[in-house]
Amino acid sequence: MNSSIHETKTDKIFKAFVYIFLTGALVIVLYPLIYIVSASISNPSDVNTGEMWLFPKGITFEGYRLIFENGDIWRGYLNTIFYTALGTFINLAVTIPAAYALARKDFVGRNLLMGMFVLTMFFSGGLIPTYLVVKNLGLIDTIWAMVLPNAAAVWNIVIARVFFQTSIPKELEEAAIIDGASNFKMFVKIILPLSAPIIAVMALFYGVGHWNGYFNALIYLSDKEMFPLQLVLREILVLQEMSSQSTNLTGTMAEAMHSKQQLAAVIKYGVMIVSTLPIIIVYPFLQRYFVKGVMIGSLKG
Amino acid sequence: MSTSSSTATSPLQQKENVNKGFTKPHKLGLKHPRKLRKSRKILQNWQLYIFVLPAFLYFLIFHYIPMYGVQIAFKNFIPTLGIWGSEWVGFEHFTRFFESYYFWDLIKNTLGISVYELIVGFPLPIILALALNEVKDSFFKRTVQTVTYAPHFISVVVMSGMIIAFLSPATGIINHGIQFLGFEPIAFLSDPAWFKTVYVLSGVWQSTGWGTIIYLAALAGVDPQHHEAAIVDGATRFQRIWHINIPAIVPTMIILLIMNVGSIMALGFEKILLLQNPLNLESSNVIATFVYQAGLLDAQYSFASAVGLFNAVINAILLITVNKIAKKTSETSLW
Repeated sequence: MNSSIHETKTDKIFKAFVYIFLTGALVIVLYPLIYIVSASISNPSDVNTGEMWLFPKGITFEGYRLIFENGDIWRGYLNTIFYTALGTFINLAVTIPAAYALARKDFVGRNLLMGMFVLTMFFSGGLIPTYLVVKNLGLIDTIWAMVLPNAAAVWNIVIARVFFQTSIPKELEEAAIIDGASNFKMFVKIILPLSAPIIAVMALFYGVGHWNGYFNALIYLSDKEMFPLQLVLREILVLQEMSSQSTNLTGTMAEAMHSKQQLAAVIKYGVMIVSTLPIIIVYPFLQRYFVKGVMIGSLKG
Repeated sequence: MSTSSSTATSPLQQKENVNKGFTKPHKLGLKHPRKLRKSRKILQNWQLYIFVLPAFLYFLIFHYIPMYGVQIAFKNFIPTLGIWGSEWVGFEHFTRFFESYYFWDLIKNTLGISVYELIVGFPLPIILALALNEVKDSFFKRTVQTVTYAPHFISVVVMSGMIIAFLSPATGIINHGIQFLGFEPIAFLSDPAWFKTVYVLSGVWQSTGWGTIIYLAALAGVDPQHHEAAIVDGATRFQRIWHINIPAIVPTMIILLIMNVGSIMALGFEKILLLQNPLNLESSNVIATFVYQAGLLDAQYSFASAVGLFNAVINAILLITVNKIAKKTSETSLW
């Protein structure tokens, strides 16, 4: 569009405001992110006194060294990888076939089932009755408590269903049926290979949820050996408890105490990065899929 | 049905006609194949039912059984006796909650934080999306979007850790800044007066960028011809936004507003729980955290379920009311 020709003075002022506003938003969001990265590799005392306010000062990787030596963090990491992999697999195994079936016009009872699922978005038994169900099923302190209570999300079923309704040509299904393929065969041979985009979006949504989740672990797990990363982080970041391992420094007691306090802060910034690292790594590649997923879901408001 | 069609015959005769005459086979003739088609469809597609079965079982077990289990709110639930065996006490737990000294504090905090969040958090994604939509320079636009989406992916634990670290009175960067400007450091997290602001503004920081996605999608659907016509008519940029872009996203706004209002009482309490401490409890204790405390930590299952149910009922009433108002005033609604 050559709207620039028509630009008046007020338009220019308005445009300037838009750019100032957006730059402001950019700086406000970006600053804390840069600060965390800088703080994690800076000299602890410079961070604590406020000497370090943007770029790293007195670069040291001591914080990261301690994080990597910390057994709790490693174990939490492994647990989280396991929960995320298993949980996401279950999520997909539940969501994708259900969404496909619910997208089929010749599937009798689809609206009833869909209504039953959607209703749970607005009404629920609440925390305690749900907890009691999980408890009565004997899932407390098992890996299943981490994956089964969130085996599917209504919103994701809706998104996947819209995908199947709009992106898979009906003629393909009809042709397969005429060729005598069963629904099962058709799903595996034809639908799944065409569903890579939606599977990717779903895997990302669910995967991030498992990776970042802490509440299920908080209420369903008491065995520390099973804690996912986020619960370990909670102890370090929120409850401010450093396990003895991470701060078992050599030297005199007094020295150790001082270093401990100093280092605690830097370790905090380090774990923020370490724990978010997988998401930071995949984020730039997958951003458009995330966005696409939200947009597909918003098609019908 | 066909009762009004024939006027000459008496009602009794009519009925007989309907039963004996042509209507019956006709009716059957219509319904029979349809029924058959339906059952054949079901038989033909039996595998589709297997596809839905896991999801069906999941919702049944983890959503519908808890709904059924909500009745413990009206009982004195004793785990060894089970839901059925426990004694029925009616509204006892509810009255106990209504008459407790913390009742009004919980209501005040739950509503206070939600309304605060709604007022500050709702318009910002709209403004940001409208501004982003004005930018034609795609590199700058992409940069702003990539950066503002990012905090959405930070876990609530890390987010709370950031808040605690940044706001620390002695070592936090924000208080260093405040001191640099010549003011006294503020103990944000141990001062009840600050809790709601901390909660809401950190939420705005984390979710405003992500919230723009839906609005940007709606804005992308605006016909450029509207804008061209407006430009020809001499409309300024601001006028075009006001008269073309904003009306285009109003339906999206209303849907999101309904959903936000509908979840006012279901305040996402994961972050509150993490930021809560005995010093800020006065302004940070909301119904959800109270249910967690009473139910899971103190094992008062029935009482906590009653509180949770009260919360859910208010929530449903809000949702239905707002949906109704929206339907009447704008013809946009959830259902």
